[in-house]
Amino acid sequence: MGGLIELFSDYTLRNVALGSALLGVVSGVLGCFAVLRRQGLLGDALAHAALPGICLAYLLTASKTPVVLLLGAAVAGWLATLLILQIVKHTRISEDGALGIVLSTFFAFGIVLLTFITKRSDAHQSGLDKFLFGQAATLVEEHVITMAVLGGAALGMVALLYKEFKLLAFDAPFAASLGFDTNVLSVLLTSLIVIAIVIGLQTVGVVLMAAMLIGPAVAARQWTDRLGVMIIIAALFGAGAGVAGALISVSDEGIPTGPMIILSLTVIVLCSLFFAPARGLVWDALRRTRQRAALAK
Amino acid sequence: MIAQSIVEERSSTAVPRMDAAVANPVEINDLTVAYRDNPVLQDIDLTVPEGKLAAIIGPNGAGKSTLIKAVLGLVPTVAGSVRIYGKPYAQQRRLIGYVPQRNSVDWDFPTTALDVVMMGTYGRLGWIRRPGKAERDFAMHCLAQVGMDGYADRQISQLSGGQQQRVFLARALAQNAHIYFMDEPFVGVDAVTERAIVALLRELQRQGKTVICVHHDLDSAPDYFDWVALLNVRLIASGPFETTFTADNLRKTYGGTMKAAIEHFQHFEEDRRGSRIEN
Repeated sequence: MGGLIELFSDYTLRNVALGSALLGVVSGVLGCFAVLRRQGLLGDALAHAALPGICLAYLLTASKTPVVLLLGAAVAGWLATLLILQIVKHTRISEDGALGIVLSTFFAFGIVLLTFITKRSDAHQSGLDKFLFGQAATLVEEHVITMAVLGGAALGMVALLYKEFKLLAFDAPFAASLGFDTNVLSVLLTSLIVIAIVIGLQTVGVVLMAAMLIGPAVAARQWTDRLGVMIIIAALFGAGAGVAGALISVSDEGIPTGPMIILSLTVIVLCSLFFAPARGLVWDALRRTRQRAALAK
Repeated sequence: MIAQSIVEERSSTAVPRMDAAVANPVEINDLTVAYRDNPVLQDIDLTVPEGKLAAIIGPNGAGKSTLIKAVLGLVPTVAGSVRIYGKPYAQQRRLIGYVPQRNSVDWDFPTTALDVVMMGTYGRLGWIRRPGKAERDFAMHCLAQVGMDGYADRQISQLSGGQQQRVFLARALAQNAHIYFMDEPFVGVDAVTERAIVALLRELQRQGKTVICVHHDLDSAPDYFDWVALLNVRLIASGPFETTFTADNLRKTYGGTMKAAIEHFQHFEEDRRGSRIEN
């Protein structure tokens, strides 16, 4: 109880907790669609591609305002998506090949820019290196408000187009035959995933952000056979892992937040894989043992 | 019975009687589809008359599925045009029901049989509007038509292959269409489902609908359908079975050396004489 009161009275802790909860909810919800469309890897490519965007935005504007940096990240993520689509369309390179190429090229370019910025300015003055593995302690109210606005818009779109996104994820050609523009829907959904990634960059960082999309969705899928329920559980799991990881990392100076959040998430994913009622591996094994015993009699 | 009358009432409002009187349900002119530089379909001219149960038959890679997808605007065409009751497909979507190949979707998707069937109503609903009680009731009725109403709340991966196929058919029924395109609905289904699909095809024909079905089984084709298009990249022949499903045309479709096809055909000829007497 004491910890909870402290959480909401302490300014830093409140921002950290709110920010990581927001990030968990948004990436949990959008991750469900990414995972069901088998686009988990796309999230990884988009997150890595965001790094040069952040660096260029900083170099061009010399501003550290979150809106500016996140806009840079979003534009770079978008460009990466377009590039991947064009490569798949015009060459014989497969989608995973294209993802790999774009991911590493953008990330390499981002690291070069980051090194350049760090050398040029006084070491950590820019503070951009926190975007690699995330640093929740640096979240201030301004960041949380930016995240809330972006995340709220993304969740609003999902609520509005839930029917269309579900159909797109399940059977895109059928959606197209009904007259829904699947290209528009697909680009829209990918843009929302870019928003989810952008929201998580400061807290989780570009390297591990994809796990924040995939983990909650995979864990939630184990507990239910309904998309609506899966989305709600994924949001809760995402928020839980986000808050737990962020608070652990803030409790000790210098622990990067991203890895802590992902480790918390891993605990949730593993528990779900083993113990979820219908799909859990433990119950599966038990059922099989019982069946074998019954057959032996 | 009440539900049945709802269906007929709805479809009678959905069909443009004027157009139906002057134009054929499907008219394909000079259609060519290519993947990279290889033609998948070449110069297809095909008209399917009203009220037919039509089979599209041809060897693997003949472009059977592609033909359906090209009509539905799902693959880009190089040349040619498609008319549905004399108008472009985009203007006639509400008249069309589509059953994709069963293995084209992930059946482990977290959803129920009823929910999948309700997707058939999404076209009418349009953007943003959610399905309500009317759509739910209609979807239940469609499930009942394929004998699946007892499985409405099942997660779709818990259904057998045949049951999944019937769910897909029910979804097309929920589109409340006038022309149905079905891609290999008989593949990998059990005997119960096969009978259910045949009964459904007959019922659709009785209601005056047109069905166009990709079919691979030469044996059963003449029993299930009354009109055929033989396809192998080009259209070899089309028309009623009696005049179209000949040894010569089958040889052209499957290649001159394909003995199996011819044997199939002879087998069918004997069968047909038998079944005609029974009928």
